[in-house]
Amino acid sequence: MMAQAGIKTVLLEAGPMYDPKKNVTQMKWPWESPRRGASTAHRNFGDFDAAYGGWSLEGEPYTHKDGTKFDWFRSRMLGGRTNHWGRISLRFGPKDFKRKSIDGMGDDWPIGYEDVAPYYDRVDKLIGVFGSKENLPNDPDSIFLPPPKPRLHELIIKDAATSIGIPVIPSRLSILTKALPDNKDRGACFYCAQCNRGCQVYGDFSSSSVLVNPAINSTHVDVIANAMVREVLTNDEGLATGVSYVDKTDMQEYTVQARVVILAASACESARLLMNSKSARHPNGISNSSNIVGKYLHDSTGAAMGGILPKLIGRKRYNEDGVGGMHVYTPWWLDNKNLDFKRGYHIEYWGGMGMPGYGFGFGMQGLNGKYPGRDGKMKPAGGYGALLKDDYRYFYGATFGMSGRGEAIAREDNYCEIDPKVVDKFGIPVLRFHYKWSEEEVKQARHMKQTFAEIIDKMGGVVTWGNDGAEKDYGLEAPGRIIHEVGTTRMGDDPKRSVVNRYNQAHECKNLFVVDGGPFVSQADKNPTWTILALSMRASEYIIEEMKKQNI
Amino acid sequence: MDRRKYLKSFTVGAIGTGALLQSCAPGEKTSQVAPLNHDRTPEEKAHYEKLMSEKFFTEHEMKTITVLSDYIIPKDETSGSASEAGVPDFIEFIVKDMPHHQVPMRGGLKWLDLRCNKEFGKPFVEGSGEQQTAMLDQIAYPDQAKPGVEQGVAFFNLMRDLTACGFFSSKMGIKDLGYMGNTPNQWDGVPDEVLKQYGLSYDQRTLDISVKFDS
Repeated sequence: MMAQAGIKTVLLEAGPMYDPKKNVTQMKWPWESPRRGASTAHRNFGDFDAAYGGWSLEGEPYTHKDGTKFDWFRSRMLGGRTNHWGRISLRFGPKDFKRKSIDGMGDDWPIGYEDVAPYYDRVDKLIGVFGSKENLPNDPDSIFLPPPKPRLHELIIKDAATSIGIPVIPSRLSILTKALPDNKDRGACFYCAQCNRGCQVYGDFSSSSVLVNPAINSTHVDVIANAMVREVLTNDEGLATGVSYVDKTDMQEYTVQARVVILAASACESARLLMNSKSARHPNGISNSSNIVGKYLHDSTGAAMGGILPKLIGRKRYNEDGVGGMHVYTPWWLDNKNLDFKRGYHIEYWGGMGMPGYGFGFGMQGLNGKYPGRDGKMKPAGGYGALLKDDYRYFYGATFGMSGRGEAIAREDNYCEIDPKVVDKFGIPVLRFHYKWSEEEVKQARHMKQTFAEIIDKMGGVVTWGNDGAEKDYGLEAPGRIIHEVGTTRMGDDPKRSVVNRYNQAHECKNLFVVDGGPFVSQADKNPTWTILALSMRASEYIIEEMKKQNI
Repeated sequence: MDRRKYLKSFTVGAIGTGALLQSCAPGEKTSQVAPLNHDRTPEEKAHYEKLMSEKFFTEHEMKTITVLSDYIIPKDETSGSASEAGVPDFIEFIVKDMPHHQVPMRGGLKWLDLRCNKEFGKPFVEGSGEQQTAMLDQIAYPDQAKPGVEQGVAFFNLMRDLTACGFFSSKMGIKDLGYMGNTPNQWDGVPDEVLKQYGLSYDQRTLDISVKFDS
C-alpha cells in the first residue's frame, strides 16, 4: 500500500532473502533429504519446510522467570513466519472484539468488527481465501474462492460430528483454488498438499511471495536483508527518527533515517524493540511509561488426539494430497454461558494417505497385534519379515487426528520483559518470559479432549494417542507452541492501559506504528493472520492520510 | 501465469531427478544418501558436510545393521529388501543427525552380540540362519518376550522403526506402498468407487459449492 501510494519505503529483514521459486523444497521426494524430511535445529518443522529456524536460534537466547514456560518461535527470513503456517484465514467475529462486555474477562478492543470488515474484504480480494458462505453469527464469511471437496476421512468425520451436533464446514485457507482475476504473478493451486514448503507458483499466501515481491518490483521499496534491528532512534522531542541495526554479514552498525517507523517484527520482537529503545524522553522504552509493553502476552491454546479407523485399514490407493491442509474444520459452536470455561476453540482435522517420511510406521508393535490381518487372523504384535512388511502397506492411510485451537484470556501477569543480565550475540538485551495458563485454559482443554473422544467414538475409530488427563493438564500445549502469540503492544484509547491507539499508532510517539499481532487486545478462537493483515492495511491507509495532512 | 506450463515443467523435473539417482552403478560402494538438491541455508550445508565426513558405525556394526534390516524388510514379490533400498546408509546418517539414537543403537547391537555369544558362541552375523531367527524370535514380539530380554526388545523396536521408515521413504518403498501424490493435479474429491465402498457420497450442497475444473 505504501509502495502504491508512491512512498519510499525501506524494509529491514533480520534474515536472508527468500523466494520459494528459487529456494525450492516443494515437490521433492523424501529420499532427496538424507534425514527423510525429519526436523532439525535449523528447521523445526522438517527438512523440507520453508521456514528457517524455530523455537531456538543459535546465539539468540531468551530466558524465563519463576520456572514458567514459554516457547518462542522465530523465523528470520524474508516473509518470516508466514513461511510456516496452516494458511487458516479466519475473520474475527463481532463478539471477538467485545469479550469483556460478554464475560467480564480481559478487555474490549477500542474498535469493532464493523471497523475492520472493509479491510477484511480488501484482504480477501488482494490475497485470496477459499471457503463457504455459512452466515454464522461470530464466524463472518469472507469473499470466498470455492473450497475443495472433503477427503475420505474428512467425510467420515463430518458425518460423525454433525450427527452429535458439532458442525463441520469447509475450511477457510488462503490458497488459490482458482487463479485470482487481475493477478498475473500468481498461479492456481495444483494440489500437492505442500503449502508449508513454499509454493513455486505462489498459489498460497506468504507475505514474501504475495506482498513483498510485488512491492520490490514497484521500485518504491528497498529490502535490506540480514539487518538485525537494535533499537528505534528518537530525537529530543521523542519522535522516531529511524532505526539502528547490525548487518549480520559484516557485524557493523548502521542506521536508517525515516519519517515514519513501522514495526512488524512479530509481537514479542516488536515489544523487545520498544523496550530496548531507551532515551531521555523514553526512559522506560518507547510508549512504555504505562509499563504495558510486553504485558498481556497470550498464545492460542492447543490440545490434540488421534487414532485409527479400522474401516480404513487395507484401503484402495489414489492421490489424496489435496491442498496443503485440512479441507474441513469445526468453528466454535457452543455458548460459553452454559460451560465452565469462558472462551471457545475451533477444531482442525488431518489424516489420510500422505507422503511417507521420517517417522513413517513408527510403533508398529502397538498396532499390528490389535487388528486381524489381511487373512482375517490375529497375530502377535511386532515381528519382522514379509508379514511385517505387508502390515505397513495394510495400515497405511488409516490413521487420523484432530486438534483444538482455543482462545486464551489475556492477562497482565503473562508477559515478556527485558532480561537485565542477558544479551544475544549482537549485544542486544534479550526477552525474559513469564507465562502461566489459568484454570480457564485447562478446563477448555478438558472440553476439547471430551469432544474429540466423542467424535472418534462416533466415527468408529479407536484412540491411539492424546488421551491425557488432569495430571497432564489434558494435553494443553505449553504457551508459544501454537505460534499465535499476540497482545504485547495492545491497542486502546487509554494511554495508561495500552501501547498503541486504535490505528496501531504508538500513544507516546506519533510517527511509530506496530502492525503485527502485538496490538491485539484478545486473540479469539481464530488464527491471527487475517486480522493482522486487515489491521495492517487499515494502519497503512491511516499513515498515508496522516502524512498527507502533515500530521506525521 | 500459464499453470499448464508449470505442471509440465514439474513433471520433467521429477523425472530428471529420478534418472540422476538411478545413474549410480549398482553395487557401488558409495553411500546411498542423496546429495542435496533442495533449498539449504549455509548452516545446513555445513552441518550436512560435517555429518557426511564422519563415520559412526564400525564395519562390524554396519554389517549387523544390514543383516537385521533385511530380516525386518526382506525382498518379496512386490519390492526389494531394506538393504537394496539403502536403509543401512540411512541409519548411519540418521544416528549422526540425531545423536539420541547413538547409544541405544550401539548399545543394542552390543547387547545382541553378547546374547548371541552366550547362546551360540558367536556374534549375531556369524550365526547360522536358524540361530539368527531363533534369537530374533526372542526379541521381536514384545508381548511374548520372556523376562530378561527387555533391553533386546527395546533395541529391536528402534531397529524396526528406523528400518521401516527408511525403507518406505525410499524410492523403492514409496512405489511399493502405492503413495500416488506429490504430482501436480486437479484434485476433484474421493473417487466414486471408493465412496461407494464406504457407503458415502457428497451431498448436493458440497457438489454445488466445491471447486470445479474446466478440463
